[in-house]
Amino acid sequence: MAKIDAIMGWKELDLGCVIRQPGSSRAFKTGDWRSQRPVVDRDKCIKCGLCWVYCPDLSMVPAEEGYYKVNLDYCKGCGICAKECPKDAITMVLEED
Amino acid sequence: MAKRIGMEVSIAASEAVKLADVDLIAAYPITPQTHIVEHLAEVVADGELDAAFVPVESEHSAMSCCIGSSAAGARTFTASSSQGLALMHEMLFIAPAMRLPIVMVVANRALSGPISIWNDHSDIMAEQDIAWIQTFAENGQEVFDLVLHAFRVAEDSKVLLPMIVNMDGFTLSHVIEPIEILDKAEVDKYLPPYKPKVRLDPRKPVSMGLVGVPEIYTEAKKATNEALINSKKVVVKAWKEFGDLFGRYYNPVESYKTEGAEVILITMGSISETAMTAIDKMREKGLPVGLVRFRLWKPFPATEFKKAIAGAQTLAVVDRALSPGGACGPVAEEIKAALYAERGRPKVFNFIAGLGGRDVTVENFEEIVSRAFTYAKKRPKQLYEMIGVREI
Ligand code: SF4
Ligand code: SF4
Repeated sequence: MAKIDAIMGWKELDLGCVIRQPGSSRAFKTGDWRSQRPVVDRDKCIKCGLCWVYCPDLSMVPAEEGYYKVNLDYCKGCGICAKECPKDAITMVLEED
Repeated sequence: MAKRIGMEVSIAASEAVKLADVDLIAAYPITPQTHIVEHLAEVVADGELDAAFVPVESEHSAMSCCIGSSAAGARTFTASSSQGLALMHEMLFIAPAMRLPIVMVVANRALSGPISIWNDHSDIMAEQDIAWIQTFAENGQEVFDLVLHAFRVAEDSKVLLPMIVNMDGFTLSHVIEPIEILDKAEVDKYLPPYKPKVRLDPRKPVSMGLVGVPEIYTEAKKATNEALINSKKVVVKAWKEFGDLFGRYYNPVESYKTEGAEVILITMGSISETAMTAIDKMREKGLPVGLVRFRLWKPFPATEFKKAIAGAQTLAVVDRALSPGGACGPVAEEIKAALYAERGRPKVFNFIAGLGGRDVTVENFEEIVSRAFTYAKKRPKQLYEMIGVREI
């Protein structure tokens, strides 16, 4: 598919909605149904990486100096990272705040 | 030109599939479709046809297998009936959405219950919205011809949709008729090898059958529906070319003695031949009646139909399936919807006949026509009626 932002008209769709470009799902941002987002407090973080291990959507990603940061393009706001963090370094905040 | 030979219609259907040189057949046996796949299993086992025959464990698997096969670019065939077709239901929608030109013969049989192995159209009428192109055969020769036509249409690069050839169970599937079997060279002239536009190929990977999020589902549905509606042009063109090559011409809607007809009978499938005999008899008595039959059922040939019935004041539509709790039978429903916006439209009366193997006789057709003449003068209370039902 040429455009992934789902603004294609029906005439632009490829035959049977086939996708000819492998790996194109990366371009499909799925984080837009999130109602909360995780915020990491680096003062508390011990860089253990458990948030990275537990995130079911691979949305906690390694950042500079061994910290972890959230990729909001795909984060669903499930809160698993915040629950699993042994140092309570992750707070879930409402998207509208 | 080949000579006509006596042959069971199911065997003729499989001979057409063999001549089409299919690559894969996946099917599960069910009465009255059984002889078609049995014969195909034999010709594959005997080395007469170089194809994979996949004896699957259910019809759901049969259609799943056909979808995979067709996605890989193989010419693909299956056949089913009644409960088997119903078990395929879930997968049937996938094939047109993925634009896969699978061809299926449905030997029409009543749906249970009560359990019935006999013929009517309730199996296929439960599959009205699957977006497959659908034709109906009236006799053995048509079954043979329509199967070849189906491959030709389905695989056309402007179409790329699956296609069903309906033939009445037992009434057609199990009778021996004189059938002209074309030879391979003739078939090859009509049916070129299938050239898929896109297929599963590890050297050129593509993704098929993906999720359609709310932002794209409507567009995807529109695209398939447009392809189905537009397929009619190719359906007609492929029939014309068939006629030019082999001398047998077919049309989406066929007329019989409709000139000057006040009442027109509407039928579909093998009862049309009995209906023609009934029309001859009634015409001899001086009754102004004619017959119009659908050969193409989906996409619904509304334009051709309106042309065929032009001038008639009354239509007597015979449905071979009941739409329980509904306004009328499925064929009548489609006709009424198509005619509603027409000025001076004819009166439409609907008769349900031939359910679960009940014969529809010449006398039944005479009764239907006589009632239609009566109702034209005095509107009946009921929206439709069942012919031959014992009211006790
Ligand atoms: S909230 Fe859920 S999806 Fe988002 S980063 Fe944390 S674990 Fe991953
Ligand atoms: S789980 Fe908590 S402490 Fe461990 S890396 Fe993630 S944020 Fe830091």
